[in-house]
Amino acid sequence: MSVDAATVRRIAHLARIAVSEGEVPHLQGELNAMLAFVEQLSEVNVEGVEPMTSVTPMQMKKRQDVVNDGEIADDIVANAPATEGHFFLVPKVVE
Amino acid sequence: MTDLTSLTLAEARKGLADKTFTSLELTDAHLSAIEKARVLNAFVMETPDQARAMAREADAKIGKGDAGPLAGIPLGIKDLFATKGVRTTACSKILGNFVPTYESTVTSQLWRDGAVMLGKLNNDEFAMGSANETSCFGPVGNPWRREGSNTTLVPGGSSGGSASAVAALLCMGATATDTGGSIRQPAAFTATVGIKPTYGRCSRWGIVAFASSLDQAGPIARSVRDSAMLLRSMAGHDPKDTTSVDIAVPDYEAAIGKSVKGMKIGIPKEYRLDGMPAEIEKLWTEGAAWLKAAGAELVEVSLPHTKYALPAYYIVAPAEASSNLARYDGVRYGLREQGKNIIELYENTRAEGFGAEVRRRVMIGTYVLSAGYYDAYYLRAQKVRTLIKKDFEDCFAKGVDAILTPATPSAAFGIGEKGGADPVEMYLNDIFTVTVNMAGLPGIAVPAGKDAQGLPLGLQLIGRPFEEETLFSLGEVIEQAAGRFTPARWW
Repeated sequence: MSVDAATVRRIAHLARIAVSEGEVPHLQGELNAMLAFVEQLSEVNVEGVEPMTSVTPMQMKKRQDVVNDGEIADDIVANAPATEGHFFLVPKVVE
Repeated sequence: MTDLTSLTLAEARKGLADKTFTSLELTDAHLSAIEKARVLNAFVMETPDQARAMAREADAKIGKGDAGPLAGIPLGIKDLFATKGVRTTACSKILGNFVPTYESTVTSQLWRDGAVMLGKLNNDEFAMGSANETSCFGPVGNPWRREGSNTTLVPGGSSGGSASAVAALLCMGATATDTGGSIRQPAAFTATVGIKPTYGRCSRWGIVAFASSLDQAGPIARSVRDSAMLLRSMAGHDPKDTTSVDIAVPDYEAAIGKSVKGMKIGIPKEYRLDGMPAEIEKLWTEGAAWLKAAGAELVEVSLPHTKYALPAYYIVAPAEASSNLARYDGVRYGLREQGKNIIELYENTRAEGFGAEVRRRVMIGTYVLSAGYYDAYYLRAQKVRTLIKKDFEDCFAKGVDAILTPATPSAAFGIGEKGGADPVEMYLNDIFTVTVNMAGLPGIAVPAGKDAQGLPLGLQLIGRPFEEETLFSLGEVIEQAAGRFTPARWW
C-alpha cells in the first residue's frame, strides 16, 4: 500500500500537524518508504495468532476507587502557556 | 591523588567509604570535566549548585555512617526523566521550558539511595532516533574517533548523551531509556555497558512516554558491576505504574563473578545477516568462545521471526507514539503557536514544536491506526509481535539460559552519514536490539572489542524475563575477557 498526496494531507490533519503544500511530496516519499519497509509483514502467516496485549504475563492491576491525590491545581497549571486563575486559556471554541 | 573521574562507580564507593576523598571532591572533579567537554554536547542542562548541595548532604550521611548504596555518586540523568524543579524537555522544542513539579520514580529512587545529580543529558527528540541527531539541542559527539581521523562520530541513540557522558568520564553512570535499542546501541558505540531490564522491572512513571508497551528505563555505566549497582536502585515496584511488576529486586551485584558453568547459551542463526561485516562476525565468535571457556555450553538456536521484528516495531512504536504525543497541544504545557481557532492552534503548535523525525512517526502512527488500516497494519503487527515473543519462549523452553548476539550491525558512524535519503537506513541500526523490546525481555550490551578503525563494538546478551542476574554473570565474563576500553581525550 502507498499513500497519495491527499492522504498525506488527511493524516496530517488527523494528527493535528500543520503541513504546507511544499512539504507534502517529501512527506509522501518518506511515509511510502516506511510503508514499503513494513510491507514484508504481509508474508507472515498470522492465521489463528492472538494479537499481543501485554508483553509480561500479568493481571492488570486495579486501584482502589478512592481519592488519594489532588488539590494541586497550582502545579497543574504551572507550565501552561496561558492561564487565568486555575483555568487554561484557549481561543474561543463556542460561538 | 589519581584523577577521580577515572574511577569506576564501585571504586568510588570504596574511596568514599574509606574517606580517601569526599563526594564534594568527586562531584567537583566531574563538574569540571563536564565544563571542559561542552564540545560533546552531552549535557543539555548542568546543575552544579544542586550537585554540590546533594554531595554535601551525602558527605554528611557518610560521616554519620548511614549512607545509602549510591551515596555521593555523581550521575547524569537523561532529559526524558522528569526532575522536580529542573527543566525537562525530552529534547523537544514542544516542551519548551517545562519544569516538572514532580520527580520520576526511577530518579527519586536514585536520590533516595544517595546519588548526586550533575545535570540533564541530551537524547534524540522524544527518544526517537538511533544517532542522537534529532535532539532540538543538536547532535552529541562520540568521545571515540576513528584512528587518525578528526571526524566527529555519533554516540548512537536515543540515549546518546548518557553514553557519551559515561564514556568521556563526565559522570559515573547515567540513566537511560530503551524502546528499540536506545540503551544498548549507544552503549555499544561508546564502549560502555548498558542494560535494558525486563519490561515492568523499572517504573515508567515520570518518564516522558514514547511507546508505552516497549519503553523501559535502565542504566549506562562504565562496567558490568556498576550497571548492576545502578539497576538495583532504579528497579522496583511502583503503584503509580500499572505495568510495573511487584517482584522483589535482587542484589544484582551478587551475580557478578558467579560461575556460568553449565549455562546454556543460544546462538541464533537468524542474526547472521547477509553482508554482515567480518569484524562483527569475528567478535561474536570470540564472545562465544569466552563464554565457552568459562564453562558455558553453546547451542545453535532459531528465532524464525527475527526479520519481522523491525517492521512490526515501526508500526507498533509509531502507533503508540501518535497516541502518547497527542497530549502536546499547546494548551497545558510547553510551546504554543497561535491560530485563529483551537484546531489551528493545535496544528501550528505541533508543526512548530515537533522535529522532522517525530512528525514523521506521529503521522505513520496516525495512519496505521486510522479507520480502514487498523487491521492491515496495527493488528497484524501485534500478531507478529506474539510470534516474535513465542520464538524466544520456545528457545527458553529448551533450557537456553541466555542468547548471545552482536549488539549492533556496525560501529559508530559520522554525523549526518545515515538516514538522509531513506529513514529506514537509520532504523536498521536497531536490528539486533529491537526483538528484545518486542518480547519484553532483558538485554545487556557489553563492550567486547574494537574494529579495524579502532572503534568499539559490543555484544548483546538476552535473558529470560526477570533474570537480569544471569546477564550480569555472563556480561562479567565478557568484560573480564575483553577488558575495558577508554577513548583518548581530544576534547
